[in-house]
Amino acid sequence: MTILNDRLYAKSHEWIKFEDDGTAAIGISDFAQHAMGGIVFVELPEIGDLLEIGKGFAEVESVKSVADIYAPVGGMVREINEELLDSPELINKDPYGMWLVKLEAITEKGELLEAAVYEQVIETEEH
Amino acid sequence: MERKTPLYDKHIQHHGNMVPFAGYLLPEQYEQGVIEEHMAVRTKAGLFDVSHMGEVTCQGKDALKNLNQIMTNDFTDMVVGQARYTPMCHENGGMVDDLIVYKRGEDDYYIVVNAANKDKDFNWMVAHQFGAAEFKDISESVAQLAIQGPLAPAILAKLTADQYIPQKYYHAVFDCLVAGIPCIVSWTGYTGENGYEIFTAAEDGPKMWDALLEAGQPEGLIPCGLAARDTLRLEAAMPLYGHEMDDTVDPLEASLSFAVKMTKEDFIGKKAIMEKGDPAIKRVGLKVVGRGIIREQQRVLLDGVEVGHTTSGTHCPYLGYPIAMALLDSSCTQIGTKVEVEVRNKKVVAEIVALPFYKKGQALTV
Repeated sequence: MTILNDRLYAKSHEWIKFEDDGTAAIGISDFAQHAMGGIVFVELPEIGDLLEIGKGFAEVESVKSVADIYAPVGGMVREINEELLDSPELINKDPYGMWLVKLEAITEKGELLEAAVYEQVIETEEH
Repeated sequence: MERKTPLYDKHIQHHGNMVPFAGYLLPEQYEQGVIEEHMAVRTKAGLFDVSHMGEVTCQGKDALKNLNQIMTNDFTDMVVGQARYTPMCHENGGMVDDLIVYKRGEDDYYIVVNAANKDKDFNWMVAHQFGAAEFKDISESVAQLAIQGPLAPAILAKLTADQYIPQKYYHAVFDCLVAGIPCIVSWTGYTGENGYEIFTAAEDGPKMWDALLEAGQPEGLIPCGLAARDTLRLEAAMPLYGHEMDDTVDPLEASLSFAVKMTKEDFIGKKAIMEKGDPAIKRVGLKVVGRGIIREQQRVLLDGVEVGHTTSGTHCPYLGYPIAMALLDSSCTQIGTKVEVEVRNKKVVAEIVALPFYKKGQALTV
């Protein structure tokens, strides 16, 4: 299971990468895409939507299940990854390249974990 | 407490993701995942453990009379080796289960029932038994494997003689040898694809599993789990008890009239089904034309009015789009009708399409 050091993670398996211009990209971790299996559908919010910490803002579906994706921070949707609407399976291939949304006007931050701490979280879930 | 099938160790060996199902621990999927497994069955071949299914025998001079009374289909003209699908109903027409009856010999029938209904079915048959006929539940002694896919015949042919391969769909050969193992080979399945179901002694199950997998390796045969079994049967529009039908749905409502012989003098449920007249609801296929995946037990709306609910649904790997089956008011089941399905907080547009969604080798609703 790959975990990258250049970003932070939520316990619910989202990753968030802050950029210097104050924006941030959000996606799901390698662990999350692996647990879901083949992803066949993604529902994304609309540009301008306001995200609230801990609230579902997107849905990722596999053949067998639906997963809510929770906002690790509050903010406004600046961009959505439209490529995923037609090719949701790209998340399985490249979970860290395939951001779901980019946010701006970030208000508050939830509990965000460094890579090493997140690694411990998934180790506990695996056993 | 879940039980293990005779093939449990094989699933562990192949890294199956084991989940409880109908009282058994069975693989939901293996490492390759449901999509690969589904595609293997459509394009090559897949191997399933279906040992959780139940097997009941019915023997005696009045066996045929019993089956014709307890079940809705007519078994009178069957030849030895033939299989026939049938619902089994309550007095009120609701379905106890759907099952397959094989004629193994004169006055000798072999019945395959759903795993989840095994005890209920057996008790029902025994409670309604009459005359010289005995029902026996032999499920514990049987391992059942299904090898399904266009290359299944070529794989089976490597392991057995021609005489043991059924020559017609819905026919079985009893007393076969496959890889030297005594078994029954039946040309049946639950995938909409060509293939066989093989019944063998519980203790021979693992040997049969290994022999089939090894023989099928060059053809690309892989083990497949419950998830692929479900998506495959959904594409083929095969109903599943507990979804498209249950104790409250009669077989005409589930669009199974082909297996209900109202011309028979009597059978359990006939009176109720007759009195109801034309069914008020009907099983239909839905193809998503909007954005979203329809799942089971979601409300279906026509012009904003609820007209029924979905019974099964997901994204189907071979077709490449989401489909569902639904039970709708008979008056709104015309092919081409656009409906809305409530998927959590949004409405997804779907079109009523002809069933099945998929028939061997082609996608019918593209």
